Amino acid sequence: MSTNGKKTDQDYSQRNVPAGIKLPIYMDNHATTPMDPRVLEEMLPFFMENFGNPASRNHPFGWAAEEAVELSRERVAKLIGATPKEIIFTSGATESDNLAIKGVAEMYREKGNHIITAVTEHKAVLDTCKHLEKLGFRVTYLPVQKDGLVDLDDLKRAMDDKTILVTIMAANNEIGVLQPISEIGKLCRERGVLFHTDAVQAIGKVPIDVNKMNIDLASITAHKLYGPKGAGALYVRRKNPRVQVVPLIDGGGHERGMRSGTLNVPGIVGLGKACAIAHQEMEQESRKMAGMRDRLKQSIMSRLDEVYVNGSEEHRLPGNLNISFAYVEGESLLMGINDIAVSSGSACTSATLEPSYVLKALGTGDDLAHSSIRFGIGRFNTDAEVDYIGDRLVETVLRLRELSPLYEMAKEGVDLKSVKWAAEAH
Amino acid sequence: MSYSDKVIDHYNNPRNVGSMDKKDSDVGTGLVGAPECGDVMKLQIKVNPQTNVIEDAKFKTFGCGSAIASSSLATEWVKGKTIDEALAIKNTEIVKELALPPVKIHCSVLAEDAIRAAIGDWRKKQESVKPETVQAAQ
Repeated sequence: MSTNGKKTDQDYSQRNVPAGIKLPIYMDNHATTPMDPRVLEEMLPFFMENFGNPASRNHPFGWAAEEAVELSRERVAKLIGATPKEIIFTSGATESDNLAIKGVAEMYREKGNHIITAVTEHKAVLDTCKHLEKLGFRVTYLPVQKDGLVDLDDLKRAMDDKTILVTIMAANNEIGVLQPISEIGKLCRERGVLFHTDAVQAIGKVPIDVNKMNIDLASITAHKLYGPKGAGALYVRRKNPRVQVVPLIDGGGHERGMRSGTLNVPGIVGLGKACAIAHQEMEQESRKMAGMRDRLKQSIMSRLDEVYVNGSEEHRLPGNLNISFAYVEGESLLMGINDIAVSSGSACTSATLEPSYVLKALGTGDDLAHSSIRFGIGRFNTDAEVDYIGDRLVETVLRLRELSPLYEMAKEGVDLKSVKWAAEAH
Repeated sequence: MSYSDKVIDHYNNPRNVGSMDKKDSDVGTGLVGAPECGDVMKLQIKVNPQTNVIEDAKFKTFGCGSAIASSSLATEWVKGKTIDEALAIKNTEIVKELALPPVKIHCSVLAEDAIRAAIGDWRKKQESVKPETVQAAQ
């Protein structure tokens, strides 16, 4: 995205903006969410007045902090059907994923050395697994089907008597597909294998119940849930079975020895409040977000041909839409809609200059991966914004298609797959 | 990613967008890049056979803003040049003019390739039209 704030401000002002819309519009809620003012309000006293360390057991400053942390623990637990003692506070989901996977691997090494995950997992899981491979663990990376979902038969086949952990995300951060978590959990429980899920994108958006779903460990973060960055949690099951993890961080024995370090009280308060709001409002909010998502899809699909939704439409987060616009490159599309914050699976927008590995895993061709846009609809988006985005997008895609030699060739009836491309770049 | 003013200008107001008749013997067409790589450029030139001067140029590009800008600029630069002058255009000059960052240098390389491919195509046509002026294959 342009970092040149001044220039883009001028651009916006020249545009005919419908009433009630403030540019730029944020619709990248899988990357992070804005803070809910109610969350901030609850956090503020814990910076100045209530600055105490919850580990200080002998004075009211410590007690006030501890009380707030324990309330948050209850709130987080309640959202996922857990008990407060099963919640370990961390710095965020990357740490939670690391703690779950490395912590289980080290704790249960004598039982086995095999871990199963999927190719579309977040890098926090994939790179953690790769690290363990270097230490002698065996990791199976399950493929996904065309719709982005793991095939349960593949999972069954991958399990052996050395398997100690299955780690599969609840909802994908790029394409928003919901994995069959209940079925995976049931299968793991039957085989006596621990089940971890990175539930960051799912929690507060779709119902997650650790008992009904047989989840043993779950990663949570506040900043995808209208809370602050730098605060997260790991759910660690205490009963049937009792799960233990070796800590990543040793020290004062905080968080029942699983995560030492003075607690980030304001962040934890924010996480707790964010979970409490989600618990209250999720059902209604999800319906509203799914409505906006379908409205956006309709706005686009009714006016453009050759656009493709990536990933299952049935098993999907309410706020996610991931679409490929054939014959148009994603980064140039983002440049055309620079008053709207979304993201693309195009190589040009990634640090590695590779198109999205998630879309590739679905069997989406590289050309369509380059043409993909991810919309992450959130709590603060409106129908008016959705309509504005639909219009801007359609207008930009049409303009770029006029500029696209691929579109021209396709219209002339050339089969692009049969063309021998003289690819020298890259 | 921030773009230079010149890239933004070419992206918003691309010069010489369009297509010419591929079959015209005075027209050379270069098609470079690949959809899987995220960049495809089509650059066409119309050459005066008497003077060897490029009298018109058109492009269409599938790619990022820098790829669009590089090819748009390339059409501006080749217009009015002779074939030999056009062949002397270097990708580094495009990089400089558009202030492309290192990750976008391949866009300028592709634009240079497109110019060369268009000229190559035009030359091939001249050989088949006038077999006595066959030039060594490049």
